[in-house]
Amino acid sequence: MNDGLNVENHSIERYLRLDRLPHIWCAGCGIGIAVGCFLRAIDRANIDPDKISLVSGIGCTGRVAGYVKLDSFHTTHGRAIPFATGLVLANPELNVVVFSGDGDLAAIGGNHLIHAARRNIDMTVICVNNFNYGMTGGQVGPTAPLEARTSTTPYGNFEPAFNLPYLMSASGATYVARWTVLHARQLERAIAEAMTKPGFSFIEVISPCPVVYGRMNKEPKGLDSMHFYQEKSVIRNGADPKDADIELNGPILVGKFIDETRPTLRDRLCQVSAKAQEKVKAKV
Amino acid sequence: MTENQELEGEFFINGDVACAEGAISAGCRFFAGYPITPATEVAERMSTRLPQVGGVYVQMEDELASMSAVLGASWGGVKAMTSTSGPGFSLMMENLGLGVMLETPCVLVNIQRAAPSTGLPTMVGQGDMMQARWGSHGSYEIIALAPTSPQDIFDLTITAFNLSEKYRVPVLIMSDEVVGHMSEKVIMPRVAQEALIERRRPDVGPEEYLPYRADGDLVPPMAMAGEGYHFHVTGLTHDERGYPVMTAEAQDILVRRLVDKIRLNRHDIIKYKEVQVEDADIIVCAYGVSVRIAQSAVRMARDEGIRAGLLHLVTIWPFAEERIRELSLQAKAFVVPEINYGQIVLEVERCAGGRARAILVPHMGGSVHSPQTILEAIREAAQ
Repeated sequence: MNDGLNVENHSIERYLRLDRLPHIWCAGCGIGIAVGCFLRAIDRANIDPDKISLVSGIGCTGRVAGYVKLDSFHTTHGRAIPFATGLVLANPELNVVVFSGDGDLAAIGGNHLIHAARRNIDMTVICVNNFNYGMTGGQVGPTAPLEARTSTTPYGNFEPAFNLPYLMSASGATYVARWTVLHARQLERAIAEAMTKPGFSFIEVISPCPVVYGRMNKEPKGLDSMHFYQEKSVIRNGADPKDADIELNGPILVGKFIDETRPTLRDRLCQVSAKAQEKVKAKV
Repeated sequence: MTENQELEGEFFINGDVACAEGAISAGCRFFAGYPITPATEVAERMSTRLPQVGGVYVQMEDELASMSAVLGASWGGVKAMTSTSGPGFSLMMENLGLGVMLETPCVLVNIQRAAPSTGLPTMVGQGDMMQARWGSHGSYEIIALAPTSPQDIFDLTITAFNLSEKYRVPVLIMSDEVVGHMSEKVIMPRVAQEALIERRRPDVGPEEYLPYRADGDLVPPMAMAGEGYHFHVTGLTHDERGYPVMTAEAQDILVRRLVDKIRLNRHDIIKYKEVQVEDADIIVCAYGVSVRIAQSAVRMARDEGIRAGLLHLVTIWPFAEERIRELSLQAKAFVVPEINYGQIVLEVERCAGGRARAILVPHMGGSVHSPQTILEAIREAAQ
């Protein structure tokens, strides 16, 4: 069993592009922890790193692709999932992970997100939700809670937020979980589970953005901001994702909400191929 | 059929179907698309044929996704294609740019209809020719081919895959509704493996491999996902390692190479055909379905004693500028029929450089020119 805290034998170094460090993320940002959990999950799940393709969109979390020493693709804003769809369908041996942010996946890429879940394509989506567009300076996003202050909602957010686990489960995802970045062990385990499970898996990672979103909403700074989210969490595995709405300063429901099995897109495509080839044989 | 289930022989099919079969003969095994008139038959044919040949057809949620999926599939190691028409072509511009930046071989077919906007969905246009050149943001070079018949689109689809694999660039097939929907005899030969170009693979191991190190021909060898190279690629300006570098110097090196790999190889890429240009005073310069009508017009002009000829542009981008410059020394005028209000004529005018006139014969779309319209322009130019 891998011990992620063993500093002398840093297990994730070999998966990082050390020549690209230091990274661009702000002090107190949670994305790095999410990346660490993902990299440890590779060993935990005993996945061949040669076969992993990591695809990111644009934004702070979109930069993940640039720091991992795996086949990694930094694509266009919102299009990580369809790009990943091409990879999955071209080579079934690949273990494809989409690692991107809430704005990228749920706003500009929202259509692709729901359709990938509907198809139940073999793919793990790790969505870091920091409630705003961090890279462009903290604008309102589709996950910003009602009344949240952002650089474009100076009077408070006037739009309701997406409940991503609910959206994903309604769209057909067969694995749906949510953790905050300080639930590092649970998150690592969830990613390992998702990456070894056939079909479409979605993991929402609640992460502080202390430099923009946190400051505008008077959240504690630095490490305290991580504790802030962790302390607000209520762990309830198997909870109905309908109850996973996040309100400003309200409780955050976390846990593994959905873990089901149904035929994947690959399964169904294999049936299509068999039918098509049978028809050709019958003709010849 | 061949052992790979590729078709062989003579068929009576429309241009869209011929395009799909050309792709399969070229080794295309992935198609992602979204229904749109008048390109739908390409997708329909692919949905039937790809599962027969061990490939994958997938209908995506929109054209943004279709183009992205095609890029992903290409990096997954499969020759990939999409097809669309004007409105979808606009949506594909975003990831066409990513395809250029990541240097991703793939083919994008545009069966053009009359526009702007929704325009005349079932009727012909040639109004996307400049969008093909400049539609995605930034400075880049692209390859675009314009077929004139079902046979031509079959052949040019194979050419398109070869060029995209050779130069690691998306290649556009800029066809039109008439070519897409007309049915004619198409001869599908057994395409020899030697006639197909495959992307150059790295000749070094993962430790030494740099995804964007190119040598003489400016085209870097390409590793594919899952082979252990652990490469990184990004739409950001990047260096040979594929790492983002936010400097004017890195931008200069990268953009120059992306553009020069097409410009400096233009003699290999650019194809055109000529009819009776040797002694021509008036040269009709046409592409796509308009070539067929221009042929009649040139014949009629010759019957009247006008020394007319035809320059048929097969490759639209990069543009055949050197040939037009040469011809401008002998000809009085170029007559350019287009199913738009003037696009390629601007290029002809630029290359003619005032030595010969460039006369547009516009058609706003919805049908094709009559030969008489082009003939009248030839007569006027000859006076």
